[in-house]
Amino acid sequence: MTGAKAEAIVIGASAGALEALSAILPLLPADYGLPVMIVVHIPPDKKSVIAELFQAKCKIEVREAEDKEPIRGGTVYFAPPDYHLLVEADKTLSLSADEPVFYSRPSLDVLFESAADAYGPNLIAIVLTGANEDGAMGLKAVFEADGIAIVQRPEEAYAQGMPAAAMAACPEARVLSLKEIALYLTEIEKS
Amino acid sequence: MSEKTEDIEISLLLEALYQRYHYDFRNYAHASLKRRLRQALEQMGFGSFSALQESLLHHPAMLPRLLNYLTVQVSELFRDPTYFRAIREKVVPHLHTYPSLKVWIAGCSSGEELYSFVILFREEGLEQRTLFYATDINQDALARAEAGIYDLDRIQLFTENHRKSGGKSSLSDYYSAAYGRASFDKSLRKQVVFSDHSLVTDAVFAEAHLISCRNVLIYFDRDLQDRALGLFKESLARRGFLGLGSKESMRFSAHAGAFADCVRDEKIYQKRAP
Repeated sequence: MTGAKAEAIVIGASAGALEALSAILPLLPADYGLPVMIVVHIPPDKKSVIAELFQAKCKIEVREAEDKEPIRGGTVYFAPPDYHLLVEADKTLSLSADEPVFYSRPSLDVLFESAADAYGPNLIAIVLTGANEDGAMGLKAVFEADGIAIVQRPEEAYAQGMPAAAMAACPEARVLSLKEIALYLTEIEKS
Repeated sequence: MSEKTEDIEISLLLEALYQRYHYDFRNYAHASLKRRLRQALEQMGFGSFSALQESLLHHPAMLPRLLNYLTVQVSELFRDPTYFRAIREKVVPHLHTYPSLKVWIAGCSSGEELYSFVILFREEGLEQRTLFYATDINQDALARAEAGIYDLDRIQLFTENHRKSGGKSSLSDYYSAAYGRASFDKSLRKQVVFSDHSLVTDAVFAEAHLISCRNVLIYFDRDLQDRALGLFKESLARRGFLGLGSKESMRFSAHAGAFADCVRDEKIYQKRAP
């Protein structure tokens, strides 16, 4: 624990994402103070229903991120399909069509690294279930900027590759179950 | 602490790039630019941005190498097929009413969007009356656009996109394949002018009836976006059309009032009559 006050949360997930996020996002209260930026690996089709799907399940506001949008607390932003989602130093969101990372666009690494630059020690980053290595370097960047790095316990993850790669790249990361992650996120906001 | 030094170095590097070569990236959206710069640093083998800056200032040969990291976007023919379908169905009927047309593909990169438009215009019987301006700031990319040669393994995706866009011919009519490359027919370039042009530092150069500029504005900060949209507004003919990328919007722009939605979901706008 660095003692720095949390200002934002970034989460990344791939295979098994819907189930994992369903154990976290619906537990956040309507007046939750922190913004949550999320990358889920999804096919590059034009429309994604993931934001709508979670909006229906959640008390907190959920939407697809827009380019140049100011980041607001109490909102969950999903990266749109086929674009990277990044955080600018002035705490606005931006999108890019740069090359995929580990065949993925959006990519966890891109979001996490830019958020680490923008928020430094005030960031919480979480790598959930997934089958590739995306997110490992990003989580390391968050930790190196004194942010809080969290990995879903691989044994309970639908796909273990991504949490395992993140733990290998960032051995200092806290390893928590989904239940513990949800509890941690609701508690940290109150502190 | 080290983070801060890096930010200073990056801003000095961008200043050097501008003062020495007049390429102005100073108002690009910072986060993605930083990522591409870090990639350039690593792959070009420099220990710091200061070292890269020194080399860039003294060796002009470094310029194209760096620009390729900063500007080249790999796109697809008929990327987002629904966009091209909307152009076909909602914009083309208007364009048929003009005896001659000018189309500006702004930020054409290696030409995928340009060829998509030329093929679409040929299919719709508009090519012969149209002059296409394909512009970019990157000379290497322009040369690639002019060559019109793409890896053969991308053709399957291009073909699928073309079909979904409502293509009325077979994409294979437009290229010949050899040695793992697909070379697009030179007749597609007959009506095209390729030109070096910057949305950041250059002015309007022609009147256009249709401007397509996709996934370029997301790399700009808001001020630059406003500048570019101002250029488009000035360049467009009365009731001319502007197509942006699927996640680009005019919502936050000072010029929003000058444009009306034409096909809202596809980010196709029409300039309002004054």
